[in-house]
Amino acid sequence: MQTTSLHINGEEHTLKADSRTTLLDALRNHLGLTGSKKGCDHGQCGACTVMVNGRRINSCLTLACMHDGDEIVTIEGLGAPEELSSLQAAFVAHDAFQCGYCTPGQICSAMGMIEEAQTGWPSYVSETLDDLKELSDEEISERMSGNLCRCAAYPNIVRAIRQIAKETE
Amino acid sequence: MKPFDYVRSHDAAGAAEAVAQGGSFIAGGTNLLDLMKLEVMTPDKLVDIGRLNMNEISATDDGGLRVGALVTNSDCAAHDTVRRDYGVLSRAILAGASGQLRNKATTGGNLCQRTRCYYFYDPVMPCNKREPGSGCHAMNGFNRIHAVLGTSEACIATYPGDMAVALATLDADVEILSAEGKTRSVPVRDFHRCPGDEPEKDNVLEPGDLITAVTLPPARKGSHFYRKVRDRSSYAFALVSVAAIINVEDEKIASAALAFGGLATKPWRDPEVEEVLIGERPSLELFEKAADILLADAKGQGSNDFKIPLARRTLTAVLAEGCGMEAPL
Repeated sequence: MQTTSLHINGEEHTLKADSRTTLLDALRNHLGLTGSKKGCDHGQCGACTVMVNGRRINSCLTLACMHDGDEIVTIEGLGAPEELSSLQAAFVAHDAFQCGYCTPGQICSAMGMIEEAQTGWPSYVSETLDDLKELSDEEISERMSGNLCRCAAYPNIVRAIRQIAKETE
Repeated sequence: MKPFDYVRSHDAAGAAEAVAQGGSFIAGGTNLLDLMKLEVMTPDKLVDIGRLNMNEISATDDGGLRVGALVTNSDCAAHDTVRRDYGVLSRAILAGASGQLRNKATTGGNLCQRTRCYYFYDPVMPCNKREPGSGCHAMNGFNRIHAVLGTSEACIATYPGDMAVALATLDADVEILSAEGKTRSVPVRDFHRCPGDEPEKDNVLEPGDLITAVTLPPARKGSHFYRKVRDRSSYAFALVSVAAIINVEDEKIASAALAFGGLATKPWRDPEVEEVLIGERPSLELFEKAADILLADAKGQGSNDFKIPLARRTLTAVLAEGCGMEAPL
């Protein structure tokens, strides 16, 4: 058993769990934060994406005990049904989902991705390695390739993200 | 997942000592935990080195760069000096995995990632790499993604990574701390092993050996390229990739560093391929000659035969681009 202190969405949690517990299982099964979803459980689909210390990661491919003292933000920390974050509202406005299962991961990933792009990080499709100037649709698709949507709502996911990226420039 | 003891390490020497007695280091964990869930790897102890002080990128006295083993792939690819002077490395890292994985995966861990051979990943199947002596079912089985160079009778598993392919062109070194507290440096080109009759050994690390950094010599002159051919345009392993640093002066190829991914059992660099190009005027005939040398010993297993002509076309296309010529179709 491992005792781990986690700061999640601004609240302190003390987790006592088997060392095998992934961060995703800790969130969902131990702390009742079921917004983060388990898709493949192997880092391939992105449904479990959360922010750890300001960076988006796959919560299924990391152990909870590795994150003692870390700052974690999940979809529950971004907004609530009566108080949507701008990205959540844009996903609704652009009809950026069908079944919705991948959506929390898409939104957490998009949040991290927009910050990365605004910091200037290039991507595989960037023409040069200079600071990124414009987050084109091709850039959004490449940077979001770690999030799968089996309903294939991709065109509207890109539109929603593009709107928020432009608004927060 | 099999049960294991988890220990957080506070110093590198202690971590190396602990793992020398069994178990495994864990840093990003993106490959190790994937393999542990499938029980392909079953360490009885994890020594977490994630918070050791090895996450800096700094200039070296000789004008090169030292990338700490815990620098994430994202931070390495985005670092100003890496982008400016070692573009092939940024490009290769950005060609691999996803944004989320690159945020967690580390420089040292990336070097140690395991093959994605389907048989290695399936504990029900025989696999000489996972279980020495059990046989190789990829040889006469599904082998579309498998290697055509550096294989042996025991193993045809492809080295999966992108980063190390770029590091091979840069003549990078891997800095290693042993369990006895000694530091040594191994060229990236000699770090990974061909399988031979010991396919279970991916690299030259001994139990307890801890990668502490990767060091890059001063930047090479030339244009940097990383071209990756794969089944989908993002977030997939290479079928063939080519890392290249090409310098053309007075209409002749003054220098060329070339390394290949997806093709071999380790990041592949063949000095003879470079020698045939250097000092010559670029031409498609010359590029074909380089490809002949690269692929002279290539051996397909059926489903992966296509990699041989694909490697030829990818190499000639990269050389043409590097020499400012029209790419052949």
